[in-house]
Amino acid sequence: MNPILFYLFSILMLGFGIAVVANRNPVASAMSLVVSFFCLAALYVGLDAYFLASIQVVVYAGAVMVLFLFIIMLLDLKAEQRRKFNKLAIGGGALVALAFAAQLVGVLGSHPRGDKPFPELKLPVGESLNDLQHVGETLFSLHTLPFQVIGVLILVATIGVIVISKRELK
Amino acid sequence: MTTLAFFDSIPWEMILWAAGKSLFVIFGVVLPLVSYTVYAERRVSAAIQDRVGPNRTGFPTTLLGFKKDLQLFLGGLGQPIADAMKFILKEDFTPAGVKHFYFWLAPCLAMLPLVSLAFIPFGSSLFGEKMVIANVNVGVLGIFAVTGCSVYAIVLAGWASNSKYPFLGGIRSSSQMIAYELSMGLSIIPVLMLFGSMNLSDLVQYQADNGWLLLPLWGNGLSTERWLMLIPLTISFIIFMIAVFAETNRLPFDMPESETELVAGYHTEYGSMKFALFFLGEYAAMIVGSALMVVFFFGGWHIPLIPDGNGVGGLSFLHALPDWVWGIVNITAFFGKVAVILVFFIWVRWTLPRFRFDQLMKLGWLYLFEIALANIFLAAAVLAFTSN
Repeated sequence: MNPILFYLFSILMLGFGIAVVANRNPVASAMSLVVSFFCLAALYVGLDAYFLASIQVVVYAGAVMVLFLFIIMLLDLKAEQRRKFNKLAIGGGALVALAFAAQLVGVLGSHPRGDKPFPELKLPVGESLNDLQHVGETLFSLHTLPFQVIGVLILVATIGVIVISKRELK
Repeated sequence: MTTLAFFDSIPWEMILWAAGKSLFVIFGVVLPLVSYTVYAERRVSAAIQDRVGPNRTGFPTTLLGFKKDLQLFLGGLGQPIADAMKFILKEDFTPAGVKHFYFWLAPCLAMLPLVSLAFIPFGSSLFGEKMVIANVNVGVLGIFAVTGCSVYAIVLAGWASNSKYPFLGGIRSSSQMIAYELSMGLSIIPVLMLFGSMNLSDLVQYQADNGWLLLPLWGNGLSTERWLMLIPLTISFIIFMIAVFAETNRLPFDMPESETELVAGYHTEYGSMKFALFFLGEYAAMIVGSALMVVFFFGGWHIPLIPDGNGVGGLSFLHALPDWVWGIVNITAFFGKVAVILVFFIWVRWTLPRFRFDQLMKLGWLYLFEIALANIFLAAAVLAFTSN
């Protein structure tokens, strides 16, 4: 991937990620998150992971965030914008974030592989990258059982949501 | 990296081809096609309602003192140009109380459907270059990604207008689009199961060699497998078509802007060029939907007995002409097929009455979704049965 594009999309992604938290308006936050997802998808494209990039946009930007926006618009927006800053909460949050960052730096710094770059990945000669096929083959051969277990889990969650929402309607 | 090495590392030829193809498709084909679809809509609706429609607009030579406007060869073909001029010259009015940033952002996002044209192969090849902008392995998913995001324009327009009817239109649209996106995605799966790849160029090439998916009359298409697959594929086609109608907000499903209930729905508060962008976006989405139907079910750029742009296939005496002639014929064939489906879209709009919103939701969630899901199992059964 071209380093200029990598830095461009990384900076955009992180910037909009900060905007998600910093914005007082929930719709602005949600839209920032959408842009952040798009930049992440662009990073995936730069890694030739077209399948992952499309899925990122289809699932997160196209489905999850549309639902978020839908709900945010139905709720009262003013409450969030009027709320006062809680100084104690800001201090506590900053402390936790700093502690996490320090720990991350410590772990990454002590890791022996961290001081040399990864070897470049090379495809077998004469083989073009079909990431879609690779993902499918791995999912349905090596990881069949976890895949099906996740399917059942999601089904349980779906049924749970339906049961709970029906109960509230009565 | 030195500056020179950096410039050498950029694939200039690929960038130029991609930019050239994008510019050709968007400004040379799709935007004219959009304007003339609007014109066709007015003429076809007029014909259906026993009126004449716009048949007079030509070059305005009356402005220069002549007695009559100079007519183009069919009469009225200058109408889209006049429409565009009107939209550009109108006052760009922004109502008070709107959320300015999103009010401006929404019409820009309305042009998003044009992005999905990048994945659609609009011709075989011309001078050895494949006539598709982004020839990627995940073409189908890419198109669904763009379609899924096109709902933002309508939702944001409805919300940013800060007005009741646009808001209702936006809310309706988001629930409608989420409902029909599922059926749309699931209905395509039998096609992908038969073909085994998501690359749209390869899909069209396969149909050129082995018969269109809905017209398996040559090559591998004469096998029992393909003829049995016609059953699930026809169901797929019908569901896909209905879902495209719903996704593009066309009548019978134009809930987000149903004039009799919501004034004009999400674009009530918009005027001049901002309204025109919504209008263009809707027609661009229609063109993308039609192009998808052509690519999936009607063989894309292929016409039987006509060779492709590499001089492969077709009747042997046609090879006397240079290959690029057939490349251009293929591109024309593709947009011709798209135009036929567009006329069908228009015809349906002026024939069927509008659904009620609860009927629309019921149709989407209770019927189309289930049928599409069952159809996948039917297709799997057919494939398993014929492979033995």
